[in-house]
Order: sequence, then structure tokens, then C-alpha cells
Amino acid sequence: MINFKIFFQGLKALKGSKSPAIPLAACFIALGALLKDAGFNLQQSAASSLFTYALPGQLVMAESLLVGASIINIFIAVWLVNFRLYPMTVSLFPLLEHKKQPKWKYFLSCHFLAVTSWLIAKDGYQKIDKKYRIDFWIGIGIGTWTTAILMTVVGYLSADYLNKDMLIGLAIVNPVYFFCMMIGAMKNLSITSAVFGGTILGPLIYTVSSEWALLFAGVIAGTLAFLIGGKNGK
Amino acid sequence: MASSQIIILAIIATSLATFISRFMGAITSKKVSVKSKVFEWFNCVAYATLAALLGRMIVFPAGVLADSDLFIRIVVLIICIIIFMISKKNLVLPTIVSAILLSVLNSI
Repeated sequence: MINFKIFFQGLKALKGSKSPAIPLAACFIALGALLKDAGFNLQQSAASSLFTYALPGQLVMAESLLVGASIINIFIAVWLVNFRLYPMTVSLFPLLEHKKQPKWKYFLSCHFLAVTSWLIAKDGYQKIDKKYRIDFWIGIGIGTWTTAILMTVVGYLSADYLNKDMLIGLAIVNPVYFFCMMIGAMKNLSITSAVFGGTILGPLIYTVSSEWALLFAGVIAGTLAFLIGGKNGK
Repeated sequence: MASSQIIILAIIATSLATFISRFMGAITSKKVSVKSKVFEWFNCVAYATLAALLGRMIVFPAGVLADSDLFIRIVVLIICIIIFMISKKNLVLPTIVSAILLSVLNSI
């Protein structure tokens, strides 16, 4: 069913100098503390990371609840901020595809798709035999997912002991880590232009429409990067 | 403060809104070949959307980060990227430095 040797290779991605465990822990600890602030109990906080497992969406949910937004509004706001997972899945899963692997593996393991796991998988898939790449991905997914859930609980429980400056410090770890990982991934012109374009357009369009900013910035900067890459032969 | 029922509904709504994009992605993936132009386009859009999100998180953050100064956040980010580059792409170092640096700078 699952090639465990490859699975553990994926799981081991949590360790080492590229370790996502520390930044992942930092941002989910901050989230756990925020959810407590928003009136969640311990089980609800853990359930949120278990079922959603996408930090920006969970932040939007907590913030929306604090200002008393309706459930429909929360749904739309989260969908718009987490829509990035769609192009991210489409730019990863074809790389993991193999005819001999059952479809359920792909449809279930897509739940593990989040920024951290995606960046690790994009960085390491080439070293893995094509046939077992999906098992490698499941290993990465289980590792990052369980870390996120456990750390949400830790954050919730330690909320009273963390002061505001410490929480702010924990909250910046997430964007810093992702920026570094993306810079590490800038191996060709199209990805480099996509990263620069997105970074500039994201906040810029946000000043016009906070909800649609990510979608528009992503499609515009991405398409431009695609055209630039195509013209220059990547 | 939101009631328990509202919180549970919010968790369900958030999880569904998130899973839709992942699941649609897994379905679309079955029809996209790695060597196609469509795949390359999706790849560019994925990186650009992610970068847009990160840019927004630094400039217009949600949560506790909003209580820090924009200038300080940008300084911390730039210092950490430099550490990342000179440390042969070590990721643990810049992330630990970022937390300590921002906590300290923000408390002054």
C-alpha cells in the first residue's frame, strides 16, 4: 500500500538545516494563543488545525469571529485567502503522479497541502523514485500536519505565559521562513519574476480590495512571469 | 465573544472553504501533464499568489503582528534574508533570529 521507506524519508524532512518544524511550531503556537483569545476552547482549537490546517485561513477565521462576521462572510473570506491552494496543488500533484498508485491516495493526501509541505515537496521530489513520490508526499504531510496540531495545543496552553512581544516575535517567523524558502526556490527567471511580482502586487492591490487582492495579484503576476519565462526560454 | 455553536460552524465553514481548493486541485492535476504549458502557468501563479500572501502578511498583517511597526518588520525581514543567504541557505538560523529580533525591537 504505502512504501514505508519512502514515507519515512518524507517524514524526516522535519529535521535538518531546512527544518520546517521550528517555524511551523512558532506560527501555530501563536495561532493557538490567538484562538484562545477569540474564545475557542482547547478541543475547538485543535479541531481547527486538524480540519483546516492552513494558517492564513485560520487567522482570517479568528479575526472575523472577533469582529462578529457572519458564517457566510467567513466562508467567502477564507475561500479567497486559501484559494492559492488550488494552483499550488496543480503545480505539485502532476509531479507525484504515477499510474500504479491508487487515486484515493491523491484525493485524501491533498488535505496536507499547505505552504510548508508544498515548498518541501517541491524542493525534494526529484530525488525520489517516480513510482513512490506520493508516499514521500504523504510522509511530509503527516509530519507537518501533526506538528501543526500539537503546536496549536501547546500555544493554547501556554497563552497565559506568553507576553505580547513574544507573540509578535513568533508571528513573524512564518513569513520570514516562507520568504527564505521562496528565495531558495528561485532557480529560473519565471519563478523569480513570479515571486517579485507577487510580493509587490499583493500589498498594492490589497489597498484597493482586501478580499480579492491575493487572487488578482497571483493571476496577474503569475501570468506576467509565465510570459517573461516563455520569451526568454525560461 | 462568539458562542460555542458559532465557533463550531466557523470551523466547519473554514475547513470546507479550504478543502474545496485542495480537492479541485487534485482533480485538475489528473488532467495536467508536467510537460505542458498549462502546468508551467499554474506553477507561476502558485508562486506569485504565495508571494502576494507573504507580502501582504508583512505590510498588512492580521493577528498580533499588526501591533508591531511596519518599518521594524521590514528591517527584520531583510536582515533574516541576508542571514539566510550568507549561512548557505540554513533556514533554522534566520527563523530563530527573526523571532528574537522582532520581540526585542518591539519592546524597546
